[in-house]
Amino acid sequence: MAAVSGLVRRPLREVTVRDAINQGMDEELERDEKVFLLGEEVAQYDGAYKVSRGLWKKYGDKRIIDTPISEMGFAGIAVGAAMAGLRPICEFMTFNFSMQAIDQVINSAAKTYYMSGGLQSVPIVFRGPNGASAGVAAQHSQCFAAWYGHCPGLKVVSPWNSEDAKGLIKSAIRDNNPVVVLENELMYGVPFEFPPEAQSKDFLIPIGKAKIERQGTHITVVSHSRPVGHCLEAAAVLSKEGVECEVINMRTIRPMDMETIEASVMKTNHLVTVEGGWPQFGVGAEICARIMEGISEKLVLEYSQAVVNIMYLNTYSIKRLKARSGQTTTLNLSCVQFPGCSCCSCHWC
Amino acid sequence: MLAALISRVLRRVAQKSAHRVLVASRNSSNDATFEIEKCDLYLLEEGPPVTTVLTRAEGLKYYRMMLTVRRMELKADQLYKQKFIRGFCHLCDGQEACCVGLEAGINPSDHIITSYRAHGMCYTRGLSVRSILTELTGRRGGCAKGKGGSMHMYTKNFYGGNGIVGAQGPLGAGVALACKYKGNNEICLTLYGDGAANQGQIAEAFNMAALWKLPCVFICENNLYAMGTFTERAAASTDYYKRGNFIPGLKVDGMDVLCVREATKFAANYCRSGKGPILMELQTYRYHGHSMSDPGVSYRTREEIQEVRSKRDPIMILQDRMVNSKLATVEELKEIGTEVKKEIDDAAQFATSDPEPCLEELGHHVYSSDSSFEVRGANPWIKFKSVS
Repeated sequence: MAAVSGLVRRPLREVTVRDAINQGMDEELERDEKVFLLGEEVAQYDGAYKVSRGLWKKYGDKRIIDTPISEMGFAGIAVGAAMAGLRPICEFMTFNFSMQAIDQVINSAAKTYYMSGGLQSVPIVFRGPNGASAGVAAQHSQCFAAWYGHCPGLKVVSPWNSEDAKGLIKSAIRDNNPVVVLENELMYGVPFEFPPEAQSKDFLIPIGKAKIERQGTHITVVSHSRPVGHCLEAAAVLSKEGVECEVINMRTIRPMDMETIEASVMKTNHLVTVEGGWPQFGVGAEICARIMEGISEKLVLEYSQAVVNIMYLNTYSIKRLKARSGQTTTLNLSCVQFPGCSCCSCHWC
Repeated sequence: MLAALISRVLRRVAQKSAHRVLVASRNSSNDATFEIEKCDLYLLEEGPPVTTVLTRAEGLKYYRMMLTVRRMELKADQLYKQKFIRGFCHLCDGQEACCVGLEAGINPSDHIITSYRAHGMCYTRGLSVRSILTELTGRRGGCAKGKGGSMHMYTKNFYGGNGIVGAQGPLGAGVALACKYKGNNEICLTLYGDGAANQGQIAEAFNMAALWKLPCVFICENNLYAMGTFTERAAASTDYYKRGNFIPGLKVDGMDVLCVREATKFAANYCRSGKGPILMELQTYRYHGHSMSDPGVSYRTREEIQEVRSKRDPIMILQDRMVNSKLATVEELKEIGTEVKKEIDDAAQFATSDPEPCLEELGHHVYSSDSSFEVRGANPWIKFKSVS
């Protein structure tokens, strides 16, 4: 039997992002008695977006807890439970509602290990959909990557595909620190090939490590969450014109993997950051600042003029470092044509 | 308007002073029975007992603890004025019966969380005076290695010290959830002040604690002033023990350590029996202003403070009881006073001479259980190593 199965090429399983997160949580709930999930509609409703489907039936009231609509209250309860030795997963129906609880996330969770001089750790996961959805208007479309990414003591991850989603949620649950997991509602239903290693119950993706999704030599494109998909599509279009993009999927917002980004920019000398958040004080702004502070020295030292052209177009920030010649050219994003981008809420464009 | 409010407070103070020297029946030289004030009840058929037995050993212990807290706070006041302590410093002198009485009513394995006015509770929960004062002066021997300061001191089963008013409400309910989850028969005392009682998140914590029957004793430490705002100016209802709505409540004389102890025992038993949360209002008073930057006399009168000091001081109440019932002599108590003074002075000596944490440690403790990494300093060329 074994010899025969070795000859037959088994197709890779396709798993949606939703099911990947569900699997990840299920495995961790099974593995560790101290893990539990709380949030609005996570139990009997099977999750507002069905991410926790089946978990309440399997684990019951004690471990899958429906809360009233009291974000500040239940986020604080989750943090308190973490301080007392449990490992809660606190779901925000969307991260927009986390704003009501943000004091508990930052002041009670993120800062505590430091303020206590290493005495009190807070092993908690805050997860939920982040950023834009389809036509849900301004109050329900904010991306919190920059706000949470700003705070020391917090880890912030932003999965793109199913593999990311499962590996990162498992790492987040096993991490002894407060971890914010920024999912994306529009990605929940998207299926991806699930490599064999991702099917293991111990499949983990390290927090703090980016992934190069596509190798390239001409331009580095850095992104996180859903826009990673857009970047790969754009890269395919550009490839036909002879421009090879290196697409980096950040996976983690904080601690940010600058090594991978720097190594890529050293190779290509061109950088575009793509994100679903607002440009001012955003994730892209931070990447560009660090490039300027860090390797721009190495790139520019030989040349008399360091020129950086910064142009913001909608939610995409564009920077061009020209170190080889003294000239600058601007990159008009509309020429790059991100295909399939019909999802955006119109309040930006 | 202010005069009317003050006279109302003074009347309340004067009424209570009549109970100060209570009937004591001496059972032996080793203990005595005292009458304590009956607690007002809300949604409860019966409350804590109105008499209690105090043994000599307990009396001496409570006396020593309260005196230590008092002297420690006064020393902190002195160190602050000498600029050894900077930043925030919220003192709890006057409120000693609360922290000592609460500790006497629970087990060490139970849990406590409170607000920023926490020094007394840090001591009663087990931190030494030395580690507390050294944390206040920001030195490496402090209980949080100098990184937390006045408002962020932690120890086993004690979750601080919380700087954000009211945030500790849900946190405490969460600790109680963990107790219920683990099935260990432990409870959590969740303290907040009369000011924090008006926070929405307190009501959210009440709701979920009652809904899920969490073993949480919510305790409102009502010292009449939220910073500079008198209770009647901030709350539509100042019956804080009733503000749990569907949660039973007790109003307790927070200046009488025995009253606090009995009420706490009663509340703890209630929670442990699985009935869900209960609320205690401790009526107490702080002698200092809100913090060291507040003289504390612009919103209340010196006469009021003096009135409480002379008629309702918690240490004096216990002292009088013990001496009048011959559980201890004046000399013995003076001896304790001398010992406490020495302990405080030694601790202050250490706190002012211990070195500050070294700069290399600035980046430590950002993350727990992680391998070490680099933290950016004030500019890209300054880096700190961060170790868990």
